Amino acid sequence: MNLTKEQEAILNGQQGDVLARVMKTLMRYGELFGADSMVPISSKYNHLVTSFGLKALTPVYELMDKLIASGNLSQQKFSADPRPLDKNVPSNFLQDFIFQNFMYSKQEEYEKQLNQLGLMEKDAFTCTCYMDEVGNTPAMGEILSWSESSAVVYANSVLGARCNRNSGIIDLMGSVLGMVPNFGLLTDEGRKATWIVKIETTKKPEAQLLGSAIGMKVMADVPYIVGLDKWLGGSLDEAAKTYLKDFGAATASNGAVGLYHVENITPEAVKLGQNLIAEDAKVYVIDDAELEKVYKNYPVIWKNKDAKPKLCFMGCPHMSLNQLIDWTQKIEAALKESGNTKVNIPTVFTAAPAVLKKFEETPYAETLKKTGVITSYICPLMYMNNPLSEKMPVITSSNKLRTYTSARYYTDAEILEQLTKGGAS
Amino acid sequence: MKEFQGRIVAPGCVTAKAVVSHGGLNTLASFQKALQFGDKKATCGDQNNPDLYGKQMAGKALCLPQTIGSTTGGLVLYCACSMKRQPACMLFSEPIDSLAAAGAVLADVWLDDVSMPVIDCLGEEFLNYVKDDMTITIKEGGVVVVE
Repeated sequence: MNLTKEQEAILNGQQGDVLARVMKTLMRYGELFGADSMVPISSKYNHLVTSFGLKALTPVYELMDKLIASGNLSQQKFSADPRPLDKNVPSNFLQDFIFQNFMYSKQEEYEKQLNQLGLMEKDAFTCTCYMDEVGNTPAMGEILSWSESSAVVYANSVLGARCNRNSGIIDLMGSVLGMVPNFGLLTDEGRKATWIVKIETTKKPEAQLLGSAIGMKVMADVPYIVGLDKWLGGSLDEAAKTYLKDFGAATASNGAVGLYHVENITPEAVKLGQNLIAEDAKVYVIDDAELEKVYKNYPVIWKNKDAKPKLCFMGCPHMSLNQLIDWTQKIEAALKESGNTKVNIPTVFTAAPAVLKKFEETPYAETLKKTGVITSYICPLMYMNNPLSEKMPVITSSNKLRTYTSARYYTDAEILEQLTKGGAS
Repeated sequence: MKEFQGRIVAPGCVTAKAVVSHGGLNTLASFQKALQFGDKKATCGDQNNPDLYGKQMAGKALCLPQTIGSTTGGLVLYCACSMKRQPACMLFSEPIDSLAAAGAVLADVWLDDVSMPVIDCLGEEFLNYVKDDMTITIKEGGVVVVE
């Protein structure tokens, strides 16, 4: 890698051993992918994946202490993934005890570290930092040092920013140094599609299932998706953005997709069209049968597959404002139709604190409250990842939550039916 | 016995028994429970990985195409190394992905007393040939012997 004199000096320890190790880490990381140089980060804010004071991650906190103690703080303010705990979310005594005293016993201490390093503001905890209400929305072409797979794929694809699928810690090291290695999705060549995905379904594909299918097929490659635009109304409006948020998260959790292009919809596809497709790109056709196959192959790991759900989580990644409103309307209408007044499964809708604040200003907040649905800023994944929650029959329409936990996936329509009518088992 | 040539991501020589994942290894889903609940064997907890689910990963030669999933992947690997629950080595048939690369480099640069040799680019034939419990030896220069 070609380093400038200043960068070489950092590597040689002239600004201390800790910063030298940060430089060495990023340089070696970049060299593995053919990076030729380090490039400055140009986004206003960073976003970190690690938001939870999980005792198991003690080595990470020790590393952060080294950065803080040596004065190597983040040069950008940053947001971070959602907090793992919220007393509004139903939990039993044992869960509370284990969450507070065992699993997330480092939470308070860790949040102090984040504040010292450069957290945007005290409630900047969400996986959807790119929402307008949160304010960490990079512009097209900006270079980022983000992590959080669902945020990276959204920033690259829907916003046209440039970011590799960085891991936790690498994200922070980028903003400590103020630069990242230049490779992969930061380059024009790395953003070319090596797959053409043709959507040939007879109805709008379920975002989660479509993302899951594509993720499993293309893994870390870049797909160029043809035929989805007609189901998204032909433009990148709020509904399309919400769809792509959930779709992208599924591509990134069932595969390792960091960027996708949707013909006529996403900014680079609009600008460059099929010039984004690399020579010899492979083709993957998705029809109704393919999505059905993906759905049927999802394992159900509940001990009792016929158990009545004890909890429903919606919002992994966090819901958008229009998604909260849309679901409020759907639940209200479905309850009215079934003659019920409240959902019959304890249900939690999760969203960014700033989005929830905005939602509270709308009349829909009161309507939703009357249906019995709880809103929270929690990370459902962090709530679910322990032996106590794992045994609970939890349902969701999030493929990401399904992938990482014992939560059982249902389509949006099936979830709505279960919440309002008792529905399918 | 067969030899394969790969690229050194993190240096070191080691001999260990193989565990093989033919699909991408979801690092968070695979290691999280083991790290949270003190499982020194690092039993794989990923329900979506039929090759590895329920098998010990710590101390094994973990053979895989790439890692997939959450971008906590690198720090999870780093923690597994720091807590001495890491595989004896990681052997990738394909070029390493950014998350596994981050974990391997972080462990190598920041942990002075831990070793987890990592070799990538071993080729599809490697993953077709290697089976669970075969003996793997990493030699100098990125040479991997499977027997």
